[in-house]
Order: sequence, then C-alpha cells, then structure tokens
Amino acid sequence: MRLQIPIAMGFLAGVFMFVQFFIPHQMIKASFKDALDWAIIVGGFALVLGLGSLFRTHVEKIRHRREGFGYSFVTLISFAVMFVFGIVWKTDPGTVFDWLFMNVQVPLEATMFSLLAFFIASAAYRTFRARSVEATLLLLAAVIVMLGRVPISDKIPYLNLHEITEWIMMVPTVAAKRGILFGVALGAVATALRIILGLERSHLGGGGGQ
Amino acid sequence: MPGPTGPITGILGLSTEIIGIWVAALLTLAIYSFLYGDNPVYKVAEHIFVGISAAYGAALTYHLVIIRRLFDPLFRPDLAQPPLDAPKISLIIPGLLGLLIFSRFIPRYDWLSRWPIAFIMGLYAGLSIPRVIQTNILKQMQATIAPVLPVDAGGQYLLFSGFENLLLIVGVVCTLAYFYFSLPHRGVMGGLSRVGIWFLMIGFGAGFGNTVMARISLLIGRIQFLLYEWLPTIGIHLGAGPGAG
Repeated sequence: MRLQIPIAMGFLAGVFMFVQFFIPHQMIKASFKDALDWAIIVGGFALVLGLGSLFRTHVEKIRHRREGFGYSFVTLISFAVMFVFGIVWKTDPGTVFDWLFMNVQVPLEATMFSLLAFFIASAAYRTFRARSVEATLLLLAAVIVMLGRVPISDKIPYLNLHEITEWIMMVPTVAAKRGILFGVALGAVATALRIILGLERSHLGGGGGQ
Repeated sequence: MPGPTGPITGILGLSTEIIGIWVAALLTLAIYSFLYGDNPVYKVAEHIFVGISAAYGAALTYHLVIIRRLFDPLFRPDLAQPPLDAPKISLIIPGLLGLLIFSRFIPRYDWLSRWPIAFIMGLYAGLSIPRVIQTNILKQMQATIAPVLPVDAGGQYLLFSGFENLLLIVGVVCTLAYFYFSLPHRGVMGGLSRVGIWFLMIGFGAGFGNTVMARISLLIGRIQFLLYEWLPTIGIHLGAGPGAG
C-alpha cells in the first residue's frame, strides 16, 4: 500500500492532465487551473526540503568545525537577514528586502556569471584547434558568431559578419537543434508515460518500506 | 534607514543609493578577486550569494505561493486575489499534501512523503505529453517540411530561400541519423551521420559563441557599473557614461 497509493495518485493526476487537453469544457478548464494551483502549492512546501538540506550541510560543517566553517556562518546569517526582512516586512519595492535584492543579489549574480567569460575564453584558447573538419567547423562557427555579435564586425570590408551570424543561427544551428529536440521530446514523452503508468518509480525512492 | 517596510532613505548621512552602489561595487570586486586566485574575500561574497539567493526564493515562495494561493483563499477569502465569497475548502487537499512532504523528517512515517511527490510528478508528466508532442515534435516537423523551390506572389522562384529549406531538411535528417543507433554507421548511414556531425559542430560552435558573448555582455555591464556609477561616488568622473546623451 505504501507504494500502490502514490502510484495510483500519479496515474490519476497524469491521466487527468492528459485528458483535459482534449476536452475544452468550462468545468474541465476550471479543474485544470485548480490542479495547476495545487501543484504549485505542493511545490512551495517542497522548497522547505531544499532549504533543510542547505541548513543541514552548513550546520554540520559548523558543528564539526570542518575547514572553512566560518563561511557557513556567512551563508546562514545572510540567509536569515534576507529571509526575516522578506517574511516580516514583505518584498515590495522600496523595502530592505528589495534593496538587498537590487544591491547584493543582482550584482553578485551578474558578476558571478560574467566571471565565466574569462574561463570560457581561456578554455577556448587552449582547446580550439582546427585538427579535423569537425573541429574546424566548430571553431569557424564560434569565431563568426562571436565577431558577428560585436559592432567592430561592421568595419570588416566585403564581409557582413552580422548577416552571416544570423544565417548560421537560423539555418544550420536550427537544423542541428531540431534534430536534438526530436530525440529529447520523444524521450520526454516516453519518460512521462512511464511515470504515469508506474513503470518509472525512482522519484518514489525515498521513504522506507514497501 | 527609517523602517524596513517603507522607502529607506539613508544611514549616517549617506543616501541608500550611495550605500547600495558601494555594497554592489565591493561585492563585484570581491567576486573578481577570484581571477587572481581563490581567496577568503571571494569566498565570503560567494557564501553571501548562496544565503541571499536561497532566502530570496524562500521569501517569495512564502508570499506568492503559501500566502496568496493557499492561506488567503482558505482563511481570508476577502483578502484573496481575486476576493472570494467563501473559503476555498478544496485547497485543504494540496495543503495537507504539502505538509506530508515534512514526513521526510520523521523516519517512521517518511513513506508518506511519496504522496505529494507522486502527485506532482504524475501531474506534470500528464501535462507534458500533449504539450511536448505539439510544440517540440509536430510544430517542429511542420516548420521543417518546407518547399525547396518556393515561389513568391509574382511567380518568381526564391532560390536562396529554397536552398535554406533544403539545408534545414538535410540537417535535421542527418542529425537524426547520427543519433540513430539501431543501424551501424556504415555506408549511406555512415555518410548521413557524418554530415549530421558537421551540422552538430556548427550548432555547438554557434552556441558556444553566443554563450561567450552573453557572458562578455554581462562583464561589460559590470565594468560600466564600476566606471560610471561607482567611481563618480569617489570623485572620479570618466565622461558621461554610455547611456548619456
């Protein structure tokens, strides 16, 4: 029963969401909206599991005085500050929560991602070698797209790199992506069917006993 | 800084805007210090980022999901968006399902946490089947099956457009051939899959180039922030900035 009930729940939820697509009745549409709301609510509770894992990791690190445990204090304190301001005093524009978001999270996120520019460029410099047809195509496509995205490419005579970039993005890249997408889509449908029919149970792995 | 709810104005005689610029600038420099090597300043900034991001997601989920979608319609229907005449009793079910997730923390009853997970997985699996088939298979196939000799309204052949359509069809078929492992990649199949690899390489190269430029764009944004927003706060002005004029 510990396994059968969740499998039945998954089956019923899956079949309903599949069938509603073919029955555009007002009542079905309303139930569909409710079901989506339910999923969002349950997903909201699931976030606590993730936060629990984050806390457990850092608290354990502090408790056992592992290397760098001081940084765990930084994580927990910054979490607590942002969370308390967000929960108690809301998240509207002009609040401390919003100020922290705009002046701490946004710059940190943008800088963190921009840092990747250095590493990705140095990795490309070390690995991009035109040793075969395939490697040459990869190299050429990357160089053309990179040059075509900056204004200086307009200064190159007789070569409209901007248009060539657009063509590469719209024709050969789309063809390759579409080929991959078909495979991914068929795989996704097959996996979804397995979940609904109860053949795929790895997501039910947690929890002891049968 | 008068209150955490209302607009914050300043502290120690400095406007919150100036304090914000300094905080953002110091954190930006702290992250870039990693380019020199892993160091404590970078690690502090990195751990602040983890804590702040997690709390941001948690606080928004609390207000937008737990309060707005569950608590208000269930216990304060007049405050719900849109306001309701009566409590939405059916929301007890997702509320209870959500609470069951916490049974993970009680080893004896942790099997109950399977119920909400099974519900969400089943629901999104059912939802994804028609949507994926429609958008990722049928629409994509429709876009691929295009005329290789199109004609415009005036009856003129659009040769280059036809060549593009032909290239699309060849590219898709060859890429699929490369991923088809039920036949050995020899002979015709080998040729098709080799052309498929060429298309894939062009696609990966273009994707790589795009990613690099997106990161460079972020880098330019941070450098512009430091040069045109932060430096002027210490009296260094490097022109009017890129957005001026």
